[in-house]
Amino acid sequence: MKPVAFEYVAARSVEEAIAALGRDEDATPIAGGQSLVPALNMRLVRPTLLVDLNRAGLGTIESNGVLRVGATVRQATLEHDLRAHPLLREALPLVGHFVTRNRGTVGGSIAHADGSAELPVCLAAVGGTIVAEGPGGRREIEPDAFFVTHFLTTLRPGELVVATLWPQSEEHEGSAFEEFALRAGDYALSMVAVVLRRVDGVAQNVRIRVGAVTDRPTGITGAQAALEGVSITAAIAQEAGRIAAAAVDPPGSIHATPGYLRALTGTLVERAVLRAWERAG
Amino acid sequence: MSATEPWVGRPLPRFEDDVLLRGEGRFLDDLSPVAHTCHAAVVRSQLAHAGIVVDVRAALAAPGVVGVLTGADVMALSRPFPAGIDSGTPQYATAIETVRYVGEPIAVVVARDRYLAEDAAELVDVDYDPLDAVLDPVAAAATAVHDRTFAYGDVTAAMAQADLVLRQTFHVPRFTCTPVECYAVVADWDATEGRLTTWANFQGPFTLHGVAAAALGLRGDRLRLLTPPDSGGSFGTKSSVFAYIVLMGLASRHLRVPVTWTEDRLEHLASSAAATGRTTEVEAGFTADGRLIAVRYDAIEDVGAYVRAPEPATLYRMHGSLTGAYTVPNVGVRNRVVLTNTQPSGLNRGFGGPQLYFGLERTMAIAAKRLGLDPAELARRNLIPADAMPYRTPSGALYDSGDYAACLDHALELADYAGLRTRVEKARADGRLAGIGIACIVEPSISNMGYITLAQTADERALTLPKSGNAEGASVSINPLGGITVRLATTPQGQGHRTVCAQVVADTLGCTPGEVTVMSEMDTASVPWTVASGSYSSRFSGVAVGAVQAAALKLRAKIDAIRAHAGDENLSLRRVAGMAHWNPEGRPAGEEPGLSAVAFWAPPTLDPPDDEDRIASSAAHGFIVDICAVEVERATGQVRVLDYVTVHDAGRLLNPLLADGQVMGGFAHGLAAALYERHVYDESGNLMTASLVDYLTPTAPDIPALRIGHLSSPSPVTALGAKGIGEGNTMSAPACVANAVADAIGRDDVELPLTPPRVWNLLDHGDGG
Repeated sequence: MKPVAFEYVAARSVEEAIAALGRDEDATPIAGGQSLVPALNMRLVRPTLLVDLNRAGLGTIESNGVLRVGATVRQATLEHDLRAHPLLREALPLVGHFVTRNRGTVGGSIAHADGSAELPVCLAAVGGTIVAEGPGGRREIEPDAFFVTHFLTTLRPGELVVATLWPQSEEHEGSAFEEFALRAGDYALSMVAVVLRRVDGVAQNVRIRVGAVTDRPTGITGAQAALEGVSITAAIAQEAGRIAAAAVDPPGSIHATPGYLRALTGTLVERAVLRAWERAG
Repeated sequence: MSATEPWVGRPLPRFEDDVLLRGEGRFLDDLSPVAHTCHAAVVRSQLAHAGIVVDVRAALAAPGVVGVLTGADVMALSRPFPAGIDSGTPQYATAIETVRYVGEPIAVVVARDRYLAEDAAELVDVDYDPLDAVLDPVAAAATAVHDRTFAYGDVTAAMAQADLVLRQTFHVPRFTCTPVECYAVVADWDATEGRLTTWANFQGPFTLHGVAAAALGLRGDRLRLLTPPDSGGSFGTKSSVFAYIVLMGLASRHLRVPVTWTEDRLEHLASSAAATGRTTEVEAGFTADGRLIAVRYDAIEDVGAYVRAPEPATLYRMHGSLTGAYTVPNVGVRNRVVLTNTQPSGLNRGFGGPQLYFGLERTMAIAAKRLGLDPAELARRNLIPADAMPYRTPSGALYDSGDYAACLDHALELADYAGLRTRVEKARADGRLAGIGIACIVEPSISNMGYITLAQTADERALTLPKSGNAEGASVSINPLGGITVRLATTPQGQGHRTVCAQVVADTLGCTPGEVTVMSEMDTASVPWTVASGSYSSRFSGVAVGAVQAAALKLRAKIDAIRAHAGDENLSLRRVAGMAHWNPEGRPAGEEPGLSAVAFWAPPTLDPPDDEDRIASSAAHGFIVDICAVEVERATGQVRVLDYVTVHDAGRLLNPLLADGQVMGGFAHGLAAALYERHVYDESGNLMTASLVDYLTPTAPDIPALRIGHLSSPSPVTALGAKGIGEGNTMSAPACVANAVADAIGRDDVELPLTPPRVWNLLDHGDGG
């Protein structure tokens, strides 16, 4: 389990990183390496050049209404940052394991775009933004326009995720993250993030995103619509779950049938909706 | 002897822990026992069954490559591995012209480092000609390579008299051990001497040293095997490293360089060893008042692609204990072994126990329900009574001691059984799914080396050397300054053998354990050992400790003689040692010079199988009662263990702290089999559980708390009265948890592992697939 030989550049700035990536079309950026290094060692990926972003000045968190999280901020750092959105603080402990979060980065998880990753689902649920920079300059991308399918994004060749922008929790807002994995710290079989506001006794701005049962963070618009403007009860949350279960079409695996994954997603939506509603109260 | 309380029996923390906690353990990959070692990468089959043609020219031309060992070289330089039965499919260290499972070694590329070796391994061109793969052992039962039927008593007549006859098929899937450290081998061929020296994290049994030597065509003394000071766990699986000792030995011999190979996790999961899979139809006859009067098993054993030594031992390890903890006068079994295109089987904690007890204990739970009896009451009516000990089972085991009813009582009390029932009833009244499971099992330890010969008929056995017993050796030496060194042949993998042996020697020689250096590094050239040496069948506390004590007792007698000769019975050990070493001419009459002793020890009750195929398959027999309560979440199928109690009678506990550690480890392994682990092959024979992403080894947060109780019926057949304790819960937990889940969801057809999706599919709203 040793990687194929590759060149390595430790970029000292974003500009240096972009320049290095531009020199080799088989170059890959590396940050925490918690997904990439195992893939390298198993020879599932064979980049000819690794561009290390750890010294590129992307490791800071800034807050001015929106939390701007540099791409190489460690997952563990954000997990313990009291300014982070409550949804993130709930989801981050479920990202991998304690030791992988010490190295794994927020930007790396977003750019890797694993369909079973928690952070893309959270970013989509809170209405966050991806900041990318490349030879063509800097641009901001909405999650729905960024995540394409498993391990594929709309990043252009030579372009890097340099930061993610996370809105702060609004007034009267409640959120909840639910996932179900076969072991502690595993890739979840299904995951759900819910963010909503409770104004005048009814739900508003309901955002439901699911992951793992889909190839990218996916909104459950039918369930959102069913909850919008409604005073949520257990029966209504259950109905939202039924809608979600019918809305997803996951493939089965050796672990679970499609029917199980659909029902599980419904259960998680139901639970997350109820908890978000209670927290918003 | 010291006037203080004996060291044996105290919960002494392990001497082994200090270096491990500091990260200073010395595992094989940390050692460089030979200079200028080259690194091996193994080319492995990507198909389950195919003819192969191998072209290594490109690999030979790759940078840094020393050479390549192919199947043709292996065939020329070695012989097939001897096995317990002739399956008609000989196994060499690599595939020869035909691959039979995904991951099977095809060639070994040796290069200056592992990176270059893996680069070149990719260049080995394997042309596959696919063949049909056998993956369903039950469907392939007609092709069984072993088929023996045994009967004790009159099973058919008893079944006819029974008021209730249950018949159900149970399946135990293939699961494995998952040590933190995978296999590692260093091999150094000495062409001049014709001698192979190997270092490996091998765990025994040393029967497999003989198997390796035979495959290599070497005399036993020409295969020197050494083990490093520390091992990153084994739990059975590192017995099969012997196959790679041969493979790397051949690479070293063929290429004339020392070779090192450290297995990676993908290799380990695909092609080290996994437990057998077993499908057993169990037929059980009960009287109306709940007496189990007859049981018959029809077992189909999936050993993978080859019958690799010591198989088919998994089928026979429990042969004396087919009736478990119960007085069942009539028992029969048919054993069939089927080859499938999957990785070969090998030792796995519990070895044969999980496969046997899943069927027997599930049957007891189902019978209790049919008979309208509480499962604890049904067990009680059938447990072997204390006054029947020692008890000879129909199939030949001699249960050495125990009060099973007392253990059951203790477990019921520890679990607050009535309270637990109330808790479960209340959960049910609230509409939740809750249940209780019980398992009562005998935990055999110290395997009879002769049990494997049950695979042959009595007539066949009569033609060969009888096999029996389980002996171990040890040495204790005192140097001129009074320092004490013990050498062991037990190849521990984390159990704490050094600590316990220091306790035993301290008691015998009248010193403290800290004054005793115990070397657990094995070296077949210098440590006293037997064919039975190693760590398996929980034989350490019963046998190895006996050898250590016997050696220490020999020395003690000599020390006492020297003291008496000097007229000072309080003479210090250092002084005695100085006299023995420096003034041998002043020694007592009749004593040898020197101050070192070698001793061997074996339990007295392990005869070869008799003409009626009865076998005392193990020497010591612990007893375990497990009780657990679970709740099954309707929405997800998740099984939550509300409480788990285990009560052991493992005889005398030499170190209660280590004993509990063994219980917890065995429990974790058994719980893994109950709720998480199985290997899955698809219909083409691809391993779907090829990494730890899909092979669901539980981690610490996944293991529920365990409450442990102990009773003690010292064994009359082991040196200090101890019995094995490390495998029992691996045997009991799958059945106990399955019984609880079955009770919770009201289904008899629960199957391992009970993962949430699989349990959910058994519930009313499941989609059945």
